[in-house]
Amino acid sequence: MSLSISIRHRLAGFELQLDADLGAGVTAIFGASGAGKTSVLRCVAGLLTPDEGRIEMGGRVLFDRAKGINLPPSARRIGYVFQEPRLFPHLSVAKNLTYGMRHSDELPLDFDALVELLGLGHLLSRRPATLSGGEGQRVALGRALLSNPDLLLMDEPLSALDQRRKEDLLPYFEQLRDQTKLPILYVSHSLSEVTRLADQVILMEDGKIAASGPVAAVLSGGETQAAVTRDVAGGLLTVTIKDHDKADGLTQALIGSQPVFLPGLIGKIGTRMRLRIDARDVTLMLDKPQKISALNILPATITQLHEGPGSGVLVQLDHQGQSFTARLTRRSVRELGLSKGMNVYALLKSMSVTHDHVGPV
Amino acid sequence: MILGAAEWAIVGLSLKVAVIGVLASLPFGILAAYALARWRFWGRELLNLLVHLPLVLPPVVTGYLLLVLFGTSGPLGRFFEATLGLGFAFRWTGAALAAAIMAFPLMVRAIRLALEAVDPKFEEAASTLGASRLRVFLTITLPLMAPGILAGVILAFAKALGEFGATITFVSNIPGQTQTLPTAIYAALQVPGREGVALSLIVISVVLAAGALIASEWLARAMRKRMEGS
Repeated sequence: MSLSISIRHRLAGFELQLDADLGAGVTAIFGASGAGKTSVLRCVAGLLTPDEGRIEMGGRVLFDRAKGINLPPSARRIGYVFQEPRLFPHLSVAKNLTYGMRHSDELPLDFDALVELLGLGHLLSRRPATLSGGEGQRVALGRALLSNPDLLLMDEPLSALDQRRKEDLLPYFEQLRDQTKLPILYVSHSLSEVTRLADQVILMEDGKIAASGPVAAVLSGGETQAAVTRDVAGGLLTVTIKDHDKADGLTQALIGSQPVFLPGLIGKIGTRMRLRIDARDVTLMLDKPQKISALNILPATITQLHEGPGSGVLVQLDHQGQSFTARLTRRSVRELGLSKGMNVYALLKSMSVTHDHVGPV
Repeated sequence: MILGAAEWAIVGLSLKVAVIGVLASLPFGILAAYALARWRFWGRELLNLLVHLPLVLPPVVTGYLLLVLFGTSGPLGRFFEATLGLGFAFRWTGAALAAAIMAFPLMVRAIRLALEAVDPKFEEAASTLGASRLRVFLTITLPLMAPGILAGVILAFAKALGEFGATITFVSNIPGQTQTLPTAIYAALQVPGREGVALSLIVISVVLAAGALIASEWLARAMRKRMEGS
């Protein structure tokens, strides 16, 4: 399955302009509110007709302005999970689930399997109005999957939920991603969701693509920092869980051969996880520090320095082939004499690595 | 109550005229409401005007126009007589038509309000699940606007039951043929000594109208309850 999008559309205030080719797996469209992310999904689903362009999926033309082709949403075979569940209020949960259901021999996961996977068994006879937000979103997800789509669109499906419900729902999304191999386009403005779920990311700013590519590369890229995630993203590091220290409540993980400690008992031993690091939580030192309370110190090489318009400088670092970013002041950079190619020690404040920042690979 | 077979026949005919008039015009009412609420087309304002005209015209004028159009020699009257064998002039079908036309604006307004209250996000969701526009309308839009349709139907029924001016102009006041409750009350009041009959028919009118109103309240509450869940 491949999705090729090339659209132009005038929206109130700015112009949407997007050209992208997407492969299998989860592609996140990431950006601030009002960047045009939802409009892209609506164009792909056929709920919004772009002024110009062409959308093709797996060799099927869904939209082509020049040729006058514009398939209605019902003919596109694209599932859509909206920000809110949008369950039909006059139908039971079971009737909602089967509303668009195809023959079960067509489905990768049939009704019973999906009800089991999403934990919906006890809800089937209920009315949507009696469900919690998280339950509703699980039903909406099941309903979309039972229509056997070729592509699944998810528009900030967790944004209306509180933190605990988000944590409850994310594992379902991960299982879905791993069990169905269904290509997913996932809109989010939450970096933690993107790092946890996505393979590729398209970074949008003011209706245009600011950066795109594999998640790790984009979210640690200098441009990205400058563009959207200046204050949150530092980078992604892949770690292997080595041991759980139950007495201290810490997890020992390896970045390459370098041990680091994460708070809490996270993941299964032997599995690989992704770790997000906030650029503001990285401190740089020229010498390996001794007698210091912080647990995680990584030797790294400076690969690039980005000076922004403000007082901050983004220092891009490499540790055994993995990149991450530190945000320092211009003054610190000058006083330490940092330059490209220098070897430094990066101190990661371990408490900044919360469960929210960890996603399996 | 002084009610003989003739008076009961009036009640029966009135109910038949109102029920059939309203039910036969309901599909057109839904279509007109849908077109006015959702479609942008040339002539939309004209349709809006036509639908609402019976509300503002003197009923006698509407009745006269019906007579011209649907009378034995009127173009539409001849058309229906020739194609469906359906005649309107001085028959109960004509009374039903007059009642339907007069009640139409009220019905369309109520249905249109209900349609505008249906959140299009449910229809969008249904269309992404592969439902055609017709299926979306029948399985999502229509059930969600059902309480409003019910309100429109009851309102139209009450109006149809009380229609006087257009009916008497179009189909006259023939006992057993076109004499409905209002025209019968009017006729009874013209004859000395028939006040008792008139009063009985008036009481029946009040009971029917109030009953319709109570039934609609009750049904609307039942529908709301159903939607809010078990």
